[in-house]
Amino acid sequence: MGGYDDELTRPLEGALEASTSEGPTSPAVGRDEWVARHGDNRSRRGGLLGTVEDRLRRVPWWAWLTLFVTAAALVPVFSDSGYVRRVAFDISLYMLLALGLNVVVGWGGLLDLGYVAFYGIGAYAYALVSSDHYGVHLPTIVAIPAVVVLGAVVGFLVGLPSRRLTGDYLAIITLFFLQLFLTVTTNGDDLFGHNVTGGANGILNVDPLSFFGRALPVSSGGGVFNVKYLYVSLVFFVVVYVALRFVNLSRTGRAWRSLREDPLAAEVMGMPVNWLKLMSFAFGASIAALTGTLVSSLNASVFPLSFSFPLLITIYTMVILGGAGSQGGVVLGAVLVGVLLEVLRDPGDSRVLFYSVIVLGLVAALRLSVRLAAVLGGLLVFGVVAHWIAGSIHHGWVNGSGGSGGQVADFMANWVVVPSHLAGWVTPVSYVSLVAMALVLTLLRGWVRLVVLVPVLYLAAFVWENVMLAKPEPTRYIVLGVLLIALMILRPSGLLGEKRVEII
Amino acid sequence: MAEKLLDLQSVSMSFGGLKVIDELDLHVDEGEIVSVIGPNGAGKTTLFNLVTGVYVPTGGDIVFAGSSIKGLEPHQITRRGIARTFQTLRLFLNMSVRENVMAAAYGHTKAGVFRAMLRTPGMRREEKEIRELAEKRLAFFGDRLMGYRWDQPAYSLSYANRRRLEIARATATNPRMLLLDEPAAGMNPKETQEITELIAKLRTDAGYTILVIEHDMHVVEGISDRVVALDHGVKIAEGTFEQVATSPRVVEAYLGTGGMARK
Repeated sequence: MGGYDDELTRPLEGALEASTSEGPTSPAVGRDEWVARHGDNRSRRGGLLGTVEDRLRRVPWWAWLTLFVTAAALVPVFSDSGYVRRVAFDISLYMLLALGLNVVVGWGGLLDLGYVAFYGIGAYAYALVSSDHYGVHLPTIVAIPAVVVLGAVVGFLVGLPSRRLTGDYLAIITLFFLQLFLTVTTNGDDLFGHNVTGGANGILNVDPLSFFGRALPVSSGGGVFNVKYLYVSLVFFVVVYVALRFVNLSRTGRAWRSLREDPLAAEVMGMPVNWLKLMSFAFGASIAALTGTLVSSLNASVFPLSFSFPLLITIYTMVILGGAGSQGGVVLGAVLVGVLLEVLRDPGDSRVLFYSVIVLGLVAALRLSVRLAAVLGGLLVFGVVAHWIAGSIHHGWVNGSGGSGGQVADFMANWVVVPSHLAGWVTPVSYVSLVAMALVLTLLRGWVRLVVLVPVLYLAAFVWENVMLAKPEPTRYIVLGVLLIALMILRPSGLLGEKRVEII
Repeated sequence: MAEKLLDLQSVSMSFGGLKVIDELDLHVDEGEIVSVIGPNGAGKTTLFNLVTGVYVPTGGDIVFAGSSIKGLEPHQITRRGIARTFQTLRLFLNMSVRENVMAAAYGHTKAGVFRAMLRTPGMRREEKEIRELAEKRLAFFGDRLMGYRWDQPAYSLSYANRRRLEIARATATNPRMLLLDEPAAGMNPKETQEITELIAKLRTDAGYTILVIEHDMHVVEGISDRVVALDHGVKIAEGTFEQVATSPRVVEAYLGTGGMARK
């Protein structure tokens, strides 16, 4: 940490010289450049990591975009599994949705809890103009722009009455709108005597995308996902990303940033704040609607429940995790959360993920130090001893199977106590005590914390092996929640979000 | 007599039962510098909020450049040519110094989002103009807000420079009239001297009409063509600095009617 000390003292020396010599070019205490440069030096990491960080920061955005999209487009080259390709497509939809929500939440600063309703409106609108439901089959190059415009108009209309409402009020109104959307679509098979949305059965046999008279079949033989849809989706992604980036660099983008900083000052400086908010609302809605056309054409069907609250929460997680306001950040968030949700479906993969996150977290918190060795060593010994004690009391306490999975699973079977039969009270008690002990951990300091950390981590492993792995579906969302909480403590602005100064 | 640029005609403002401004008549002529003084709570900042449309007056009318601006949205009033600074600084702290000024050009520029998406030549030309405008406005402050620090975030500026940046931002709306709310607050004597000269320069070089709230009597004396004293929302004196400073009602408002006055 010698570099840090150097940086701390060097400008100070310079400042002292300047205050005595009064040279016009030398930096001085109280002069803004000096203060800013000093702040920069302090916030910048020293050493190799700092150099790498600096270099990465200098790479222009379009280079990142090209790199990222190329990598995504190469997924089908490296994997011919229909599952992987389909997941890549789903994640590209998440990326589009996150970009759209970022305009509303990150740029406009509005809490839009009805966002997925616009996604649903896009999907339904596309289905209605491209299926036998009404016998309308618009060509794709007409249908998609029409749906996008519809999304913007509906977004505008929903925003209109709520334009003066901010914060909590807007959140409630948009939440109501989502509920309204779900109710109308679910009961839409008998809307004033007409079958509009097909009700809970949805709309089936939606046309695939077709460009210039050539249809793009959704499966390329044998029911396997047609990878061309991934390419179409990536093209949409690039167009949306670049368009939004350009808007953000224009006077509109500046006005959005201004009104998020200080709406009153923005209004008094000549920016129509309400209009700008409505615009961001409509923008987000139109991007969601665009994404809806993709999902509806690929699935060849739409159902009300695809556009419900779990999806809303997932997209918000992506935006917050990646850093609201940063385009690259929300895309990163979408990829991370999308991949995470898939990995957590499989017990073997999720086990590896779980333990690597714990070890990496320990390394990040304790660095490579004696304390890290002490905690890891203590944990290992603690587990072996606990396993041995439990095993010598009753064999049935340790011979349970934690499910399949390679070496990690084998090791865990000899380390974590996994009973063959779990008594009913164990699950809630162990789960609640884990949460309680984690909270106690935050109150402790110094070596006591390290000592308590060992049994807490072991308990976490116990809960994971016995409780969480048995129920992958809720586990996915619990893990997501824990991840969000941890991130909000460590990095409140999200992974790539700009660090923001509130009031100074 | 020069033409009235801003004319408040018996303007009143009350919040519930509390009358903050009471039938105030006030006018500012084209090219004039008028100072508003008064003790805390006299209604000075409320006056600014009324003129800029943050509040809508409960009575009377406000006329700017010959037409009423009462009831207009603040951004519409800004487009008519009134710009202000804030007593409690309200910069866009997490934006760069240059962006703060560029943002204020919104009202008199017009490239829409679709032109921005396509980056049409017209839009790019306009962006360049906005950038040049911002740099020109910042350059007005000499080496105080120069070069390298234009890309710094606004929060890294010192207090005095934040005040300067607020003025630069206000001028980027291309106003005819500037409302400055305590421009010298929190500045040291040297900086106060500088800001006094700067306000004079804003009129002579840039041609703005200026209405200023100020507590520092040196500044008021140095810049004002005319001084208006307010107390409890009522105009208690008006005239040159000497006339107002020696007015018994002003002295009373500031010092109270204790000891000496009662005899």
